[in-house]
Amino acid sequence: MNFLKRTIPLIIAFVMGVLMAMQYYVPHKLSQNLLEVVSRWDRIIAGFAVFIGAYSLFHLHWTRIKRKVEGWGYSVFVYFGAIITLIFGFLNGGKFFWHDKQEGTMFDWLYSYVQVPAGATIFSILAFFIASAAYRTFRARTNESTVLLLAAIIVMLGRVPIGNYISHYIPAVADWIMAVPNLAAKRGILLGVSLGAIATSLKIILGIERSYLGGGD
Amino acid sequence: MKVLKKTFFITAIFSIPFFITTILFAQLPAFLIPPAEFKAFDTPNDAGETVSLTWSASPSDAPDVFYILYIDRDKDGAFEKEAMRIKSNTSYRTGAPEIYGYKKGNGNYHYVQLFPRKIFNGETIDKKQVYYFKLAIAAGDSKIILDTIASARAQGNWLHMKKANNFAILIILSAIILYFIVHARRNPNMFLRKIGGLDAVDEALGRATEMGKPVLFVHGLTSMGSISTIAAISILGRIARKIADYDANLKVVNNDPIVMSVSQEVVKESYLEAGRPDAYNPDNVFLVASEQFPYVAAVGGIMTRERPAANFFVGYFYAEALILAETGATTGAIQIAGTDAYTQLPFFITTCDYTLIGEELYAASAYLSREPMLMGTLRAQDVGKGLLILVLILGTILASFGLTFITHLFEAF
Repeated sequence: MNFLKRTIPLIIAFVMGVLMAMQYYVPHKLSQNLLEVVSRWDRIIAGFAVFIGAYSLFHLHWTRIKRKVEGWGYSVFVYFGAIITLIFGFLNGGKFFWHDKQEGTMFDWLYSYVQVPAGATIFSILAFFIASAAYRTFRARTNESTVLLLAAIIVMLGRVPIGNYISHYIPAVADWIMAVPNLAAKRGILLGVSLGAIATSLKIILGIERSYLGGGD
Repeated sequence: MKVLKKTFFITAIFSIPFFITTILFAQLPAFLIPPAEFKAFDTPNDAGETVSLTWSASPSDAPDVFYILYIDRDKDGAFEKEAMRIKSNTSYRTGAPEIYGYKKGNGNYHYVQLFPRKIFNGETIDKKQVYYFKLAIAAGDSKIILDTIASARAQGNWLHMKKANNFAILIILSAIILYFIVHARRNPNMFLRKIGGLDAVDEALGRATEMGKPVLFVHGLTSMGSISTIAAISILGRIARKIADYDANLKVVNNDPIVMSVSQEVVKESYLEAGRPDAYNPDNVFLVASEQFPYVAAVGGIMTRERPAANFFVGYFYAEALILAETGATTGAIQIAGTDAYTQLPFFITTCDYTLIGEELYAASAYLSREPMLMGTLRAQDVGKGLLILVLILGTILASFGLTFITHLFEAF
């Protein structure tokens, strides 16, 4: 059992890890084909995984409805939305799902006039959250937050016409902040991230890090 | 007056042939100066689909002068198939540093790549087919076709030589990591710098246990193929193990079914390892939505309804980062975030109690487990960073004196 649960996955991780790392350095057609095959398998597995995801979602909400837990009414809406979408998806504008997808159907309408606006509404909340988060961060309680506050004011003013109206130097200083200290910090983070990614990959390929298989050892 | 007339007459007689000659010869190809050194070769470091062609720039190069490349599969063919037509003041070797580097003379030579199979689309072509090329220079109705016939065969390459620098860096960094892994085996009491966010994990879990409220683990939006998701899964395993020990309640929200399946397995194994398989509830690791903003709405709803005592945001996040973290902050939960998405880091730093910045996300698993071999990789990361800092300083000094070879040495192709 341990052989199936541990050894085989570790061998697969090692072989595929080494193979795909080397693939990056081999431009030959065979290497490109290997990448294509692996990517295709990835998409196939992802396709099947959708059913697992859908089962998880419906099972969870069914349990919530059955047990009448707090907010179970929202779970009814999950079923309502899914069933409506499935019906119009299968109907496919009267041509049914075994034909190519039709344009301008009720399915499209649901996407364009329900899902997209709902998503946009959630996204628009971000503006208010940025304001509240900025208020909390920019209170000049320490030297660091004072520097942050000043930098933020300059960058914000530098990005709007009034900044240039107040002084021609403001956009230039804003650009400098973005291009020099900001970029330097960003690159510093990226270098660390790259090293961390290499170390993590190596740990997984060599089987030192096994927690992704479940358990620590 | 007579002298003037005579002078005008003589001048006219001599000028007319000059003007006629100028007009005639301006139309003739002889005024287009043909290029030289026309060569074809297999494009290095490719899959074997392209052929490269190069020739020297001509003094005639101008926006209204064109180069035309003709292709044929037979050396003695008619060369009627036009493979490419470019303006003569474009396509120089400077645009192909992966082949010609950064030599000063690159601007004096033209360079193009052709896909012969695409040109002969639909025709059966042998793998070993040699292609023959002719070059012409043309302006208006004038055209000069060079006598030179260049030939090349498109071959796949087994090694991308221009990625050798990348390979060398990989080998050096891997060697450092392996060295420290072996070293950590011999010396398990290795000093590690403190990471505040990870030290606070116990505090967050303890708080959740005392309050009898759940711990919410929020995955980022990337799939299992992303290294940050793999790191997040590793952290989840460690946290789940601690939660099983503390007998607290863990909820894991996912937006990717594969990540969800892996998370279920990891959490289950952690509970098994802790000797509490009965406490594991597969319904606590679930998929909430596969799209970005429905995911945000669903997770936000869970936060406001169930009011978890601790929120973990681990993985790669996009615009949803601030909405999630700010919602969590309003519920009064202790929040720990870990991401390598540098654009979202400011939002997490602003709204979370602790943030694992960039590489700390990858260090978390080792830090939490305290396994010597894993800790060795942390030391290796620090040594690698030290090396990179040295190279950066050296590169800055050399670049200040106009020596840019170190920049090109680290260039990615």
